[in-house]
Parts: sequence; structure tokens; C-alpha cells
Amino acid sequence: METTTIKEKTKTLTGAEAVVKCLLEENVNLLFGYPGGAIMPVYDALYGYEKQLRHVLVRHEQGAIHAAQGYARATGKVGVCIATSGPGATNLITGLADAMADSTPVVCITGQVHSHLLGSDAFQETDMIGLSTTVTKWNTQAVRAEDIPAALAKAFYIARTGRPGPVLIDITKDAQFGKAEFRYEKCKGLRSYVPYPKVDMEKVRQAATLINKAKRPFLLFGQGVVLGGAEKELKSFLEKTGMPAAGTLLGLSALPTDHPQHAGMLGMHGNYAPNLLTNYCDVLIAVGMRFDDRVTSDVNRYAKQAKIIHLDVDASEINKVVKCDLPLPGDCKETLHLLRLAANSNDHSAWVDEFKKLRSVEYEAVIEKEFFPENSALSMGEALRLLNETKSPDTILVTDVGQHQMIASRYFKFETCRSQITSGGLGTMGFALPAALGAKMGAPERDVVAVIGDGGFQMTIQELATIAQEKTNVKILLLNNNFLGMVRQWQELFFDKRYSHTEMQNPDFQTLAKGFGIASKKVTERKELKGAMQEMMSSPSAYLLEVVVEKEENVFPMIPAGAAVDEVRLC
Amino acid sequence: MQNQYTLSVFSEHRIGMLMRLTTLLSRRHVNIESITCSECEVEGIFRYTIVVCCDENLANKIARQMEKQVEVFKAFAHSGCETVFREIALYKVPLKTLSGQLELVLRKHNASVVALESSFAIVEKTGHEEDLLSLLRELKNFGVLEFARSGRVAMSKPMKPLQDYLNEMELYNN
Repeated sequence: METTTIKEKTKTLTGAEAVVKCLLEENVNLLFGYPGGAIMPVYDALYGYEKQLRHVLVRHEQGAIHAAQGYARATGKVGVCIATSGPGATNLITGLADAMADSTPVVCITGQVHSHLLGSDAFQETDMIGLSTTVTKWNTQAVRAEDIPAALAKAFYIARTGRPGPVLIDITKDAQFGKAEFRYEKCKGLRSYVPYPKVDMEKVRQAATLINKAKRPFLLFGQGVVLGGAEKELKSFLEKTGMPAAGTLLGLSALPTDHPQHAGMLGMHGNYAPNLLTNYCDVLIAVGMRFDDRVTSDVNRYAKQAKIIHLDVDASEINKVVKCDLPLPGDCKETLHLLRLAANSNDHSAWVDEFKKLRSVEYEAVIEKEFFPENSALSMGEALRLLNETKSPDTILVTDVGQHQMIASRYFKFETCRSQITSGGLGTMGFALPAALGAKMGAPERDVVAVIGDGGFQMTIQELATIAQEKTNVKILLLNNNFLGMVRQWQELFFDKRYSHTEMQNPDFQTLAKGFGIASKKVTERKELKGAMQEMMSSPSAYLLEVVVEKEENVFPMIPAGAAVDEVRLC
Repeated sequence: MQNQYTLSVFSEHRIGMLMRLTTLLSRRHVNIESITCSECEVEGIFRYTIVVCCDENLANKIARQMEKQVEVFKAFAHSGCETVFREIALYKVPLKTLSGQLELVLRKHNASVVALESSFAIVEKTGHEEDLLSLLRELKNFGVLEFARSGRVAMSKPMKPLQDYLNEMELYNN
């Protein structure tokens, strides 16, 4: 297909052709999808565009949207996925909810029945606008070909601006078949929408005064720093003010793990020091994070002693969970820069040392035992230690949900921004495998390692076929304990060891890998682990490394439900 | 403390907008006491007036989340004393009961007869919920064939003209 035809701004096209042209106008060159009746005209229009617009045929629509999410998280660009009406579209719902919770820019295009059949319980009809309303930043239905370009232009603009999020465009079959003059204008703004609230300079000065006077200031950074591309501003601000900082699960890669002021991960299974000292700091600066309940634990006993400064692009997050003393709505790239200019250079090394002392306590009580276990069973922690020794600096870590997710996030050495992809807010098991596929396709020059548990792996295992078909070099580190480990841990600690339906009789993953055409190895002995890890990382194609780990390992530190952050337990 | 709050939401005229707003209430288990919607003084912008019972903090959080919706311009939560509000009610009364007694009741309540058919009359009254219900109670002595009450329409005293807010938003975006 000739690229020159794309340049022509006015031309009569079918709605389906318009969809393809719009995607090209938005510089989309990759989309994940699954065809079906109501989206066939668009699939027909895609035919012949393979060179400009690569379509990845997933094995389940949930895989398509998670892959689009992985792509978006790795690249910072909008991920695109496409599905048919009815079951195809409803299979996107979990991914939409996940992208909504984790502010991931995704555009979903779904087919819909003929407009005259809308509302008639037609074959493969579901009310996708109704179903997706609570899990989308914005959604719309196009029932005429001429509505498609403007709808898609708005979709891309809304998905990527402000606090990013998922958007769904539902297109009836007659709108895909219909003809209209094609004219594409990129959306540059909407009159009802202020994506970046104006930064209030007076508030910035007040915040700087609070920070300058603080004896024990503490900064929490979330994914907002990554989404806002503000990692450099964060680092400069921290280095000027000298204060310690800790990341939320999704924010972790915004600051290199080995930065001397990095105090680790917040949250229920985060590090000891940042959880404990949250209740001892005098000024708490929250940047691009939303005080999730997994971070705050008992919110009534959370940082009550501290003055709280909250930077967020989403003004509705301010005062939503934690009462804030100084709200700073706005783009954190700009706000952090202004705050750095207004704040004094300072030294808080004694305060930073308190974090380091507690870090040593945690190392002795927990980390050392996990990195170098005394018994023969392999631990998840030692697998991560060896992964750190083997990986390249810009490796992207993709994790699923559960014990392995907490362990991998706690121990992985993040060296570059956008190297952490996981399902945080929604906690979607089955996320990692398709997300890793999308991440690798978006960042082919970087290594992508998906750390997955045996439970989550089986939720979207069919995407191994997509990985094989696309020849995507994804590394899969399967930490297999034959248990739904996190639920089992809770059953052990809080439900009297009543292991209700958490033990799994798993398939032979080696045979499965072979069947899918994926190179693989299974490790049960410590002496084989490092060699196998090196083999995986140097493999020229996708590779599944199954590590059989201790069946009943527990993740610590832990803040039990209902406890306060300073009641974090080491055992 | 649970109180009545009036949410005033200004949005684009869009299919599905009502659902976007009401799901923010239903997910927090907040019931809607009344709801009205119509075009406001600015052409093309619609005003939703939603009355809810909850505490002030929650009412404000919900307003912020409504305002966060891409096609919502502004959303406010105001307490009863910050708003001036009215509802309208229609009452269908059987004609055989039309008597001097009824006329006295209508006068007392400042209600008017807006339609007169051979077998019934339709009475209209505007006011606060309790005024409309008080008339209903008295009319029941004469028999009420039908009763319908509107949702609240409200104006808030602290609100600037919408156009001022729109101008600010335009300024932010440029």
C-alpha cells in the first residue's frame, strides 16, 4: 500500500478504512486484537497494511488489552486494541478496569451490531457503552461513518493527556460499511476538559517554606512521576533537598534502586523503614500517588503527625483519602521543578541514616534469609538475586499478581525509568504474560522479563501461542510453588491454616512450553539456578524458566489488615 | 453528619452522561433523593441538579469526581442554606369534591387550578418538598386521583456565573 494515499486529507472512505487511516495519522504502528463478525469490515481494511500497521493476533481479547497496556507502560505511547462486539468486547472489561486503576493510556476499538439492531438483543450485542462506563476515562459510540475520525481523534487525545486512562470507541457495523469524506484533524483540546491544572505559585512558595523548615521531610513517589516524565525533576529535587524518598509499587522505577536517598517500597509488603518512618516524619510530600489503601493501611493512623503536601495532576485525588495540608494540583514535572527552585539546599543525612539502619534490620531479619536460604528448597528471593546479577541495566520487569509480585518488586534492581510493569490497583492475575508481550513489542531493544506465579500463568497461558507466532523474545521466569501463594499465606496467618482451595495440581509446564514451541527449562536444584538464569537471559528467542520454589514461603515485612503503617511486622 | 446536599453539575449534552454521574453515587452506596436536568443559560451546556443525603466531606469528593469526567465542565456540592430551590407538583382531584372547602385549602397553600375537566381538576403548586407534601395531605381529604412531584431545581448563592468558570477553563487550556 502506498503511503502517499494517507496524506490525502479529503477522500471518500468507508468507516472501516477511516479507522485504519486514523490509526496511521496517530502514528500507531502496532495493535493487538481478535476478529469477529461485527468488526470484520475493519479487519478487511487492515488487510494489506501489514507493513505500516502490524496487527498481533492474540488468543483471547483479555490478552489483547493487557498487551496494549504493556506496550503503553513500556513506551509511554497509547496502546491500541481491537475486538468484536458481544463476548469479544466484554473480554476487554478486566483490562479496561486494570488500565483505569493504573492510569494506562489505551484506546479500545470494538465492533457493534448494525445500528438498527441496537437494543434489540441482537446476536453478539452487548451494551458496551453501559458496560464500560465505569471502567473508562471516556467512551463513545459511532453510528455513522462520518463520526469516526473525530471520535478517534478525541479518543487518543483523552487517553494520553492529563491523568492517562483507557478509552473505548464502539463502532456499529453500518458505520464501518458506510462512506464518508475523510478528513482527519488531531484533537488539541476540549472545552470541558482541563488536563493539567494550573500550578499555584503561592502554594509552591508555601510548600517550599514547609520543606525548608522540616526536620524530617519524607517524599513518596508514585507512577505519576513516570507518567509525567518527571524522573529527572524528582532526582534533582531530592538531591537538592537531601530528603529520603520511597516509591509506591508502580512508582518504583522512577528513581534508581541504588540511589542513596531511595528508602525502598511502600505498602503492605513494602520495606520496613519507609512504612515505619511514615509515622515519624514531620512533612510528607506525596508526588503522583493516590494513597491507595495498600499504602496507607489504617488511614486513621497514617502520618497524623505530619504536614502533608500532595502533588497530583488529578485534582479529585487531593483530599480523597488523606486530608492534605497543602494541595498542589498540576503536572508534577512542572511542580517538582518549581519546588526545587523554591526550596533550599539541605542536608538530612542523619535522617536518611535512620532509614539505612532500619534497612539493615530488615536485611538481617528477612532479606538475607531469602537471598541465601539455609534449607534446600529454592526461594523466590534468591531467584530475584540471581536475576539482578544476570540482567542488563535497562531490563523491564513485568510481574503478575501475588507473592512473586511483591518479592520481585522488593528485590529487583531498577536502573532505568519505565522498567516496572505490573497490575497494581486492580491486582489482575494473568496480567503479566500478555503485558510482557506488549512491552517487548514496544521496546524490542530492551530485555523484558516476566516474573509469574503458577496461578496467574494459567490464567492467560494461551498467549504463549501469540508469543511464539510473533517470535517475541520474552523471558518468562515462572516461580512455581504449586499454590496460590498469597492467599495461602493469608490462610496460614489469619484463617487458622485452613488451606481452602489454594493448592494446585499443575500441568507439566515443560511439556506445555514444548507444545507452544517455546524453549524452556525447569530448575529444582540451587546449583543449576544461575546457569539456567544466564541461559534464559542470553536466549535469542522466548524462554520459559520454571523454578520450583519452597511451597509455603511467606512474604515479609507485612502490615496486617487494619494495622497502622508503623505496626509493620518482620515475621 | 448526614445532610441534604445539592450537586449542580454542568456538562456537555451527551448520550451516557447521566450514567457517568449516577454510577459515581451508586458505587459509594449513595441514594438519589431527586434529579433534574435541562439546558442552562449557556447554549449547549446542560445542568444536572442532584439531591443526595450524605456527609459534607463525601458530597465534596463526589463533586470532584463528577468534575473529573472529561465532558463535565464544573460540579459543585452545596448545602441547603447555600441554595435557593423549588419543586413543582401536580395534583389531580375528582371534580365532585370541588367545594368551597377545597377553594380555601388552595388559597391557603397558594396553589392554582391549571386544568378543569368534567370529572377532575388539576392543581399546581410550587415550593419546597414539605410545602408540596403538606398540600397533598390536605387534598387527600377530598380524594387525590394522581400526584406527581418534580425533582429540585436549584441555584446556589456562592456560585459565580458559569461563563466566568468557562472563561477560566479556556485560559488554562491556552
